[in-house]
Amino acid sequence: MTTDYLAARAFASPHAHGGGEIRRTMLLVLAALTPATLFGFWLYGWSAFFLWLMTLSSALFFEFMSLRLMGQKDARRTLGDGSALLTGWLLAMTLPPWAPWWVAVLGALIAIVIGKQVFGGLGQNLFNPAMVARVALLISFPLQLTAWVTPLPLTTLPAPDFIAALHITLGQTPLPDAMTSASLLGYAKTELARGIGLAQALNAGHAPPLSWLGVRAGSLGESSALLILAGGIFLLIARVIRWQAPAGVLAGALIPALIAHALAPETYLAASTHLFSGALMLGAFFIATDYVTSPITGAGQLVFGLGVGLLTWIIRTLGGYPEGVAFAILFMNALTPMIDRYLKPRILGRTWSGRPLGTTTTGKGA
Amino acid sequence: MSASLKTLMKDGLWDNNVVFAQMIALCPAAAVTTSGTNGLGMGMATTAVLVVANILVALIRNVVSEQVRIPVFVVLIATLVTVVDMALNAWLHELYKVLGLFIALIVVNCAILGRAEAFASKNSVGASAVDGLAMGLGFTFALTLIGLIREFLGSGTLFAQAPQLLGESFAFLEVQVHAHGGALLMILPPGAFAVLGFLMAGKRALDNKLAARQNTAPKERDSVPSPLA
Repeated sequence: MTTDYLAARAFASPHAHGGGEIRRTMLLVLAALTPATLFGFWLYGWSAFFLWLMTLSSALFFEFMSLRLMGQKDARRTLGDGSALLTGWLLAMTLPPWAPWWVAVLGALIAIVIGKQVFGGLGQNLFNPAMVARVALLISFPLQLTAWVTPLPLTTLPAPDFIAALHITLGQTPLPDAMTSASLLGYAKTELARGIGLAQALNAGHAPPLSWLGVRAGSLGESSALLILAGGIFLLIARVIRWQAPAGVLAGALIPALIAHALAPETYLAASTHLFSGALMLGAFFIATDYVTSPITGAGQLVFGLGVGLLTWIIRTLGGYPEGVAFAILFMNALTPMIDRYLKPRILGRTWSGRPLGTTTTGKGA
Repeated sequence: MSASLKTLMKDGLWDNNVVFAQMIALCPAAAVTTSGTNGLGMGMATTAVLVVANILVALIRNVVSEQVRIPVFVVLIATLVTVVDMALNAWLHELYKVLGLFIALIVVNCAILGRAEAFASKNSVGASAVDGLAMGLGFTFALTLIGLIREFLGSGTLFAQAPQLLGESFAFLEVQVHAHGGALLMILPPGAFAVLGFLMAGKRALDNKLAARQNTAPKERDSVPSPLA
């Protein structure tokens, strides 16, 4: 394209181009999200599909409008890089599947306009756009954002048909109480507040192992932790993401959970429950690995991940909200510039202390 | 050698607006603007302090030496704010209960010391009074606008509790636009920053468009006009 004027193709270390492009990366991430999303559609029916479609199309619409307003000539090309699509998709994964349509539209507006384009577009934003929207929605509309439904798989009888599902998404049918249900983390928090021990509270209906398969109340992105995990491992193998951030998130939540559960199993959820519930898997593999809002170096990503995991555990255990992945990620996003500042890589050709390589370190000066 | 009345008014209300152009006094602009009424009340109280402070500073500008001017200005402003605070508490007690702490905080509002230092200490009493009034009205306009937008988005009302501020004859201002409640976030601090940011961007876009229409070079208009232009 514009590299024609280069006399030779750069092939040596700092200049060689890996051949990657934004579009390819985004498409791989979208592919990794697909299994969990399809499973979610089956689990929560047409309403989940409508909400997903609504979020994605509004994300694209607001991206297009922002680019137009900012005077970008070639809006279609920027739109085609898939980043708005991914933001919309990630946001849809964190919403209650039966949420009304305006939640999706408003969420996409916040994510794309306030979360991303206001800062200057892709690569400029300080905070992960999908998480900004998720938190803004949760704080603004706590009722709609915590109305989880019990899974009614598409093939079963009580599942709403196409038209009924459309009515739910359009907000014309209030959710029947019999269909709403707390997510596992929310349920555990309520029961603990009532003074009921976890061993008694987590009986058949809310048994943690069931939740690993994903047949439980929750958002698209949290219902099937195993499929999300599979998608994450696919991204690791495809070298789209590195292992440091996900490992950090998982370890950051695992270690305190293990210790606390060993000390007082009645008041602290088991480590496996923490790992496979809520949005921890989605956060670890898909959000904490966001190139734009996480640290650059591997060590930095590890610190970032550990912070997210630890904060998530703290918010879940001690905070007012049952789930804290989004808050934890936003908090660590804010610390990312500082992490990058303190965990710089060694300068090429110099020692860690900044001295040129090959000079004597015993003498007073060179 | 003071600027014309029209320039002073235009400067305060729009071109050099305290909030939208000078970007100072953002603390009250974000903290009290949870409703249009609060913004209006805060704006009016600040305007009163601003006008009197400007007049007093202009009166003593030739008496106070360069070295001690800042402490003298601060003491003057603090005294005025105390007077306003007590006066509101005595005669507009309902409003005082709404605005409460923020009245006392007018004293740390940098717009007032800023105008005293940048304008009143260098200009005549008349010009300073007009400048104080213009800046105060611009500030009131900004706060009321931010408050109205946040109130509309956050709780679906306009000028809620207006009778408490302006008296029963202004009860018609109070409007319930819709009963769905609203986005709580807009009442919280992030809502203030988001509204403020979009309004500033909107002002600049409008200025650029006006400049383009007048066929003046937009590049020149881009820079913030000097306070004494």
